[in-house]
Amino acid sequence: MSKYIQKDESKDGIDRRGFLTCMAWAGAGMVWAMQGGILRSRALGAEAVGIAGADFTFAQVSDSHIGFNKGVYSDVVGTFQQTVDRLNALAKPPSLVLHTGDLTHLSKPAEFDTVAQMMKSIKTGQSFYVPGEHDYFVDNGQQYLDRFGKGTRGSGWQSFDFKGVHFVGLVNVANLSNGQTALGVLGDEQLEWLEKDLAGIKAGTPIVVFAHVPLWTVYEKWGWGTQDGERALRYLKRFGSVSVLNGHIHQVLQKVEGNVSFHTARSTAFPQPEPGKADSPGPMKNVAAEKLKSYLGLTTVDYVEHSGMLATTDLTLADAAGMKRL
Amino acid sequence: MKSRIRWMSVSVAAIAGGLILGAAGMTEGNIGLGTTTAPAPTTAPDVSSAATVEIDNFNFKPRELTVKVGATVTWANHDDVPHTATGKGKSPAFDSKMLDTDDKFSFTFKKAGTYAYYCKVHPHMTATIVVK
Repeated sequence: MSKYIQKDESKDGIDRRGFLTCMAWAGAGMVWAMQGGILRSRALGAEAVGIAGADFTFAQVSDSHIGFNKGVYSDVVGTFQQTVDRLNALAKPPSLVLHTGDLTHLSKPAEFDTVAQMMKSIKTGQSFYVPGEHDYFVDNGQQYLDRFGKGTRGSGWQSFDFKGVHFVGLVNVANLSNGQTALGVLGDEQLEWLEKDLAGIKAGTPIVVFAHVPLWTVYEKWGWGTQDGERALRYLKRFGSVSVLNGHIHQVLQKVEGNVSFHTARSTAFPQPEPGKADSPGPMKNVAAEKLKSYLGLTTVDYVEHSGMLATTDLTLADAAGMKRL
Repeated sequence: MKSRIRWMSVSVAAIAGGLILGAAGMTEGNIGLGTTTAPAPTTAPDVSSAATVEIDNFNFKPRELTVKVGATVTWANHDDVPHTATGKGKSPAFDSKMLDTDDKFSFTFKKAGTYAYYCKVHPHMTATIVVK
């Protein structure tokens, strides 16, 4: 757990440890691996080579915000295209791609068109989606569900099995509280479905949960959490290996609690400040154009069936070298 | 319908005034008409007041705004991300829908009360309009 990135260490002097940390932040990527329910994270390096034997790989992209166009973040289509290109350049194409929401910025038909076309151009078996609030608030998710909700229930939740892993996509942006809480809400209907969905799954099955807003409370003041996320986590408790993949906060954060590892992905569009480190969670100010790509990125996950290992690698768009190593 | 009743009552008053004046031996019926139209302004609605709420750096400014019944409040989004100004609860009194950068939305408050509202995109943004 010692080498994952919490801060931009590159602002000051670099020692050996800081260098490894900095490498990860600036783009060499990082790997975290789950073994027997315990998460270990490492800077991407020699350890990552062992993951080459993974049974399958899947990728997470998030917060593409197609339609956003402000300041240094004026080319969100371009940065998302780079993400797509990076995925298509992988030696072993990802079996699946998960988009964890905020596909669009303003839910405009043209924005949905663009993101749908770009997602289609990824060389992968199948793509799965959960909505972000930006895909939902304009029309209560109507367009999103028309386009991406096939085979899902309610506000867009779903589950499926892939090569021994049970995937669950949850929706916590449907504005169920009508402003009574700042946090995301899953709601009773979805939680009851989740309980039933998990009931038939053996405790040894690795579970991957993906949702837009973090299921654990990252920072309540900015609404970075899910009010009834705890109830979902209670249903997940008996499983030996649970990985929760979220977006929404436009930065990498991770945490381990028992057998559950939490992970948030970078945005492909614009970064947001660390919790509480700015007056508001608005797009980060004063990011130099040439450094932008080190704040944007994607996540790839390798699953090694026989060792029960799940390894997540976060890659920034500035990270060409790291991709080659994979 | 209302205006006809008012017109009738005015003319009745004028006739009455004319009779009184007539009894006093004067013929200036105009005076009677003038005095009876004087109460009209007090029955008209209050002069509309207007106020603006600035949306700036993920805040509604001011957080609490007090206006008169009939006032029109305008929200202006100065942020580079979209916001809404939406009344709390299942059937909100007002909902700006999506306000992109520099978009504005106005709502006229016809009933007194305390209106708590929030941003649907960022529900941690909350504020109140008090209508008196």
